[in-house]
Parts: sequence; C-alpha cells; structure tokens
Amino acid sequence: MDQEKEKQKLLSISVSPHIRSDEGTRSIMLDVLIALVPALGVSAYMFGFRAILVTLVSCAACVFFEWAYRKLLKKPQSIGNLSAMVTGTLLAYCLPVIIPLWILIIGDFFAIVVVKELFGGLGKNFMNPALAGRAFLFSWPVAMNTWMVPLSYTGFFHLSTADAVTHATPLAEMSSGKLPEGVTLLQSFLGQVGGSLGEVSTFALLLGAIYLLIRRVITLHIPLSFLLTAAVLSFLFPQGNDHFLWTAWQLCSGGVILGALFMANDYATSPVNPRAQIVYGVGCGLLTVFIRRFGAYAEGVSYAILIMNATVWLLDKAFPPKRFGAVREKKGKEAAK
Amino acid sequence: MKHGFFGGIHPDDGKRYSAASPITPLPPPAQVVIPVSMHIGAPCKPVVQKGDKVKLGQLIAETTGFVAAPIHSSVSGTVAAVEPRLHPNGQKVMSIVIDNDGLDTPDESIRSHKEELEADPHALLELVKAGGIVGMGGATFPTHVKISSGLGKVDTMIVNAAECEPYITADQRILMEQPDQVLGGIRYLMRMLDLPEAVLAVEGNKPDAIAGLKKRLTPGCGIRLHVLRTRYPQGAEKQLIQSVTGRQVPPGGLPADVACIVFNAFTCWSVNCLVEEGMPSIQRVVTVSGPGVAAPSNFLCRVGTPVSALVEAAGGLKDDVDKVLLGGPMMGNAIFDLSVPVIKGTNAVLGLMPEQNRAAEDPVCIRCGRCVAACPMHLQPLYLYAAERKGEIPELERLHITDCIECGCCAYVCPGRLQLVQAFKDGKVQVKNKK
Repeated sequence: MDQEKEKQKLLSISVSPHIRSDEGTRSIMLDVLIALVPALGVSAYMFGFRAILVTLVSCAACVFFEWAYRKLLKKPQSIGNLSAMVTGTLLAYCLPVIIPLWILIIGDFFAIVVVKELFGGLGKNFMNPALAGRAFLFSWPVAMNTWMVPLSYTGFFHLSTADAVTHATPLAEMSSGKLPEGVTLLQSFLGQVGGSLGEVSTFALLLGAIYLLIRRVITLHIPLSFLLTAAVLSFLFPQGNDHFLWTAWQLCSGGVILGALFMANDYATSPVNPRAQIVYGVGCGLLTVFIRRFGAYAEGVSYAILIMNATVWLLDKAFPPKRFGAVREKKGKEAAK
Repeated sequence: MKHGFFGGIHPDDGKRYSAASPITPLPPPAQVVIPVSMHIGAPCKPVVQKGDKVKLGQLIAETTGFVAAPIHSSVSGTVAAVEPRLHPNGQKVMSIVIDNDGLDTPDESIRSHKEELEADPHALLELVKAGGIVGMGGATFPTHVKISSGLGKVDTMIVNAAECEPYITADQRILMEQPDQVLGGIRYLMRMLDLPEAVLAVEGNKPDAIAGLKKRLTPGCGIRLHVLRTRYPQGAEKQLIQSVTGRQVPPGGLPADVACIVFNAFTCWSVNCLVEEGMPSIQRVVTVSGPGVAAPSNFLCRVGTPVSALVEAAGGLKDDVDKVLLGGPMMGNAIFDLSVPVIKGTNAVLGLMPEQNRAAEDPVCIRCGRCVAACPMHLQPLYLYAAERKGEIPELERLHITDCIECGCCAYVCPGRLQLVQAFKDGKVQVKNKK
C-alpha cells in the first residue's frame, strides 16, 4: 500500500498531447547530412581528398563558432542539433574545392555568428547562412572563381593547390551565350565538370533529395516550383538553337540543383504555408534565370535564393492556408447585407 | 464518393494492447463518488442528502439549465456524503458519495420505454434528457441539446466509431460484442430525427468490427457503413463530417449548420439501454491500456468507480510508469491521483512510459512547417505560438486561434518539441478575457 502511494505521488502531469513523434530536430539534420554524402563522394572522386578536407574543416569551424558564441554569451548550447554541421557542409559545397582554408573559415564565421546566431540562432535567421557566407566571400573574387579541372589531381591525397587550373565552367561558357564545349551533358549530370565542391553531380544530389523525400524531411513544393520555373524560362528563351539542350544544360550546371533541393527549402529561411512555398519557388526560379542571363556573375542561384529569403515573411502573410469552413458565398451574402 | 480532411497524423495506434480483450463487467465498488458536473454546461444540483437511501438509477442531481444532463445513482445504497471531491479535471467538485449495499435494487422509474417510442418516436428527446445521456466519446455534450439543435435542419446523421485516439478500444469492442444494441440506438435516433438513413463511420484499423457490421448492414437497411482512412483526428467532429460528406462546418458553427449531426457509437449504445431497459447513463465501457499497464483490458464499469479499481483490475501499473491519463494520449488529461472517479465521458485509463513524452528543456522552432502541414483546421501553429509568446492578442485573433480544436497534431509532429497546445489553451483564455 505504501508502495502504491509512492507511485501515485510520482505521476507526471502535463498538457496534452502526451505522445510525440520520434523525429526531432537532430534526426532531421542527421537525415540532411546523410542526404549530402553522395555528393561528397562524387566530389572526392572528381577533385581528390581535398573535397573531404574542405567539408570537414568547414563543419568543424561552424560547430566551433556556434559553441564559442553560445559559451561566451552563456546561452544554452545547440551544437547537438547538428544544424551547424549542415551549414558547414552546405557552405563548403558551394565553394571551389581549392578555396584557401582561411577564407573558408572566415565564411563559416560570417555564416554562423553574423547570419545565424546574431539573429537568435536556429530558426530565427532570415537568410540562408551558407549562402550568405558564400556571398560574403566574394570579397575574395579570385579565390572564388578559381576552378579545378575534374580528375586532374596527381594523387588522391595531394593537397597542394599550386597545380589548380583556372578553368572555365560550363556555366561561365553559357553566360557568354553558347553551349559548353568539350564536355558532354552526361558528364555534367554525373559530376565530371568544373564547379563548386558539392554542386557538380546532379545525379548524387538527386539521390540525396529522394532520400529526404522518402524520409519526409522535405516536400516538393519549393524544389519543384523552382526547377520548373527555371526549366520553362530556359526553354522559352534559349541562347543557341536547341531548346532542349539549353534547358538541360541550364539545370545540370551551377548550383540550381543544390540550391533547389537543399538550400531554397532550408526550413528557417523559406515559407511554411504551401501556397507561399510555391510562389517562393517560382520567385527563386525567375530570379535565377534573370541573374544568369543579365547579371555580371555567371551564377544566379545563390543571390536568387537570398533575395527570396527576404520575402518569406511577406509571402507567408499573403498566402495563408484557407480557413476551415470559410465559404466564399457567405462573404458575398455579408457584403449584400 | 471519397472525401478527406487536410493534415492529421499517423501515430502508432496501440490498439493491439487491448483489442483482443473482451469487455469484462467490473463488480461495482463498495463506494462510488459521483461528481455533479460530468458534462459540458451548468453543474447539477444534488437532490439527495447524507443518510438518504438511494436506488440504482435514481435521480440524485437535477439540472439547473438547459445545457446540462441530470445525474443518477450508479448503485443502490446510502448517501455517505455530499461534499467536494477531487474530479478528473484536477479540481474539487461537489460530489455525491454513495456506500454501495451490493443489492443493485432498481429504482421504480426503471422500465422499458419501447412501446411508448413505437407510438411516438419523438418521445425520445424527453427520455434522453431525463436519462442524462451525454456525448460518450469524451466531449460529454448533452445529447438532448444536440438533438434539439439539429431537429428539422439535419439531412445526415453520422455515428462516430472512428476511435482515432491511440490505444482506446472501447467502441471497437462494443461494436464487436454488442453491435445490435448500438444499431438499435442508432435506429431510435434516426426515427427521432425523421431520417431514413444514417452513416456509421469506422476507421479501417478495426477489421473485426467492420466484418461483423458488414454482415448486419445489408444494403437498404437504413444504416450505411463508412470505412474511414486510419488517420488522427479522423474522429474529431468537424473532420469526421468533412470525411463523410465533404462539408466544412463554418468557424464557430455547429454541425447543424451543414445539416449534419454526429453521435458517438457508445452514446447510441446508451440510448438503446435507456429505451429497452430504462437504465439512465450510469455505466460505460472503459479501456485500461498503454505500455504502462500490466494487463490491458476493456471493462464495463459504473460511473463513480475510482480509477484505482480499474487499474487494479488490469493488473496494476508498471513500476516505471510516467503518466496516467483519462482519455487518449492526444487529448486526454493526465491525473496525479488515482482516487478520482470514472465519469460519463471517461473512455480510457492509460498508463504511459517516460520515453513517450519526449519533452525538451529548450524547445526551439526551426520553422519546418510540419505543424502547418498537420493542422486539420488549416491554422498556422508556429505563428500562433509566436504571437502567444509575445502576448499579441489581435494577432492571435487574426490567425483564428478560436478555430483550434486542440487535437495536438502540431505538437505531436513538432521536431523542436514546442508546447503548442498549452500555448493555444492559454492564448484562447487571453482572447476570451479581453472580450
């Protein structure tokens, strides 16, 4: 009887619901990291061990900056949710493989401390930290535009950047209005092209995105509206003669796939309402094609996403879900009265 | 004709714990504690005093308003006290304590009303009102009020046997073991409402019950079986109406506004019991289940039975149990004292383990949008939460906080573990107080 009383005393109480899904922030971030692994594998094959090194250094720096910032400001630690690792990986993925590590670390600092933590940390930042970090690093334009030729390394673990070749990426060629030469579309799809560390292999990124779709970490609203808009515009306004080839090359080159599947739909910096997500995706696609065509840079994805990031609050307000049970006729009736 | 509702979740339904356990009548306890408030609406006024002899089914507390249901003794014996006692809602509520004499001597008023109803099916309304019948699915809205609000406006009657809350198998078992009693109650209600047809809606995760019903419900019998997709909150009134008819109850409206009326399956059983045996609402089926209970079972027990007696009959609680709930894990109440009584709306007593709760010390919204995708009322829980935290009452109203049905889907899916339902309950109070 005493035992029973003891038990009764120890019962917990709380507001419903009393059960919760086992998917937490950490498990979601882990899924994103898993989904990014194939792209790193292809990158390591194309550019050597340096691809892995850059990614690891970037992750470590992001985790360190988040830890140190929160330690200094005596805030609860958040590195356990793995979001700093995701930021680190994504920033590394949109930089050239031969980026000097000190520049990379400055980018990590900017992404984590300035863009994410100063706004309150995960979920509070309004710009994608990785893309904002990348944008900041254009303070070093030469380093940001030095590309390595795929499969040009002398040894897998050969880390020197001295033999890096400045190499025109397919995207750069296309921005001058012609289809890329010396490389096939299939090579580009698989990742044997010049470009940023993690963006080269459309195939590997799609593989990761399919995993995230199956795990229901992402939905198709943003990626699909982004890619369809970019595809339709490229198809309607090609440079050169072949509509289909031009469209395929536009989608397989540069950061469109990485941006649409892993960056535009970053939780914190994209809308939550389904209709707003579609408008946002269309906006990303429009701006990407627009910047690529008329901008000074060959690449438009990161600025397109950053600009659309700034509209998220407005889009969510402008396109809320339709209220349950709200009937249009009723409005008319009320107006008639 | 397939309809559905937006959002919702698919948690482990946990029905396996108790689905195979037949309904066992629980011997009435030596003492029952019957609160005068077991329904939505004004509490009743006791009409007995300490020392009075009462009989089974005798009126012991009468209503003081229209939205209320009278209360009857669930045993025969002597009134031991009329005093405030701990209620399942966590507060002390005036209760009538009766010492059971173990004889179950029925009150003189207990007699079959079948013949009366054959002469005049509309006599059911007064009968239901006097019999203290309320929504037995847990909402405990007085049934006679519901009937009155729907009279003449309704073209579709839906019987809710979705039982979408995990673990609970009370309706499932009653449909398997006593389907004719449930169907009988449905027919009385149909005649009351002058409806030629009713829809019996069951979630697809109860194949045994569905198989049995299919045999009985031949085409043209007036009751149509509607198998629902297994998805919480399929049994929430508004979502059920949407699933069955495609109609959406307008904000702040009643089912009657879209010509629908919904009764819980066990309410129908209770109506049948009232008509055929004259027994008012004094008993119900309770599922005692969950991973924290030693031997999950279903019991037929008297209103006023202490929860501890049910838990004991189900083999007791496991040592490391964390919470005991009345009702389902999504919307039920956690109780801290097992001496509280079973009331009319208590469909389950559940024991849950600590790991099921997954609360976080430092909840953080990552804006994943899962709450928006899960909300069956088309709300934006993350923005409601932010507005509530900041105390922005106009913003809460703009985001339609009063539409929230507190089903808990948002909090269930939230990876940041925000206490969303708690915030919305608080927010609703703030909005109400402001007005």
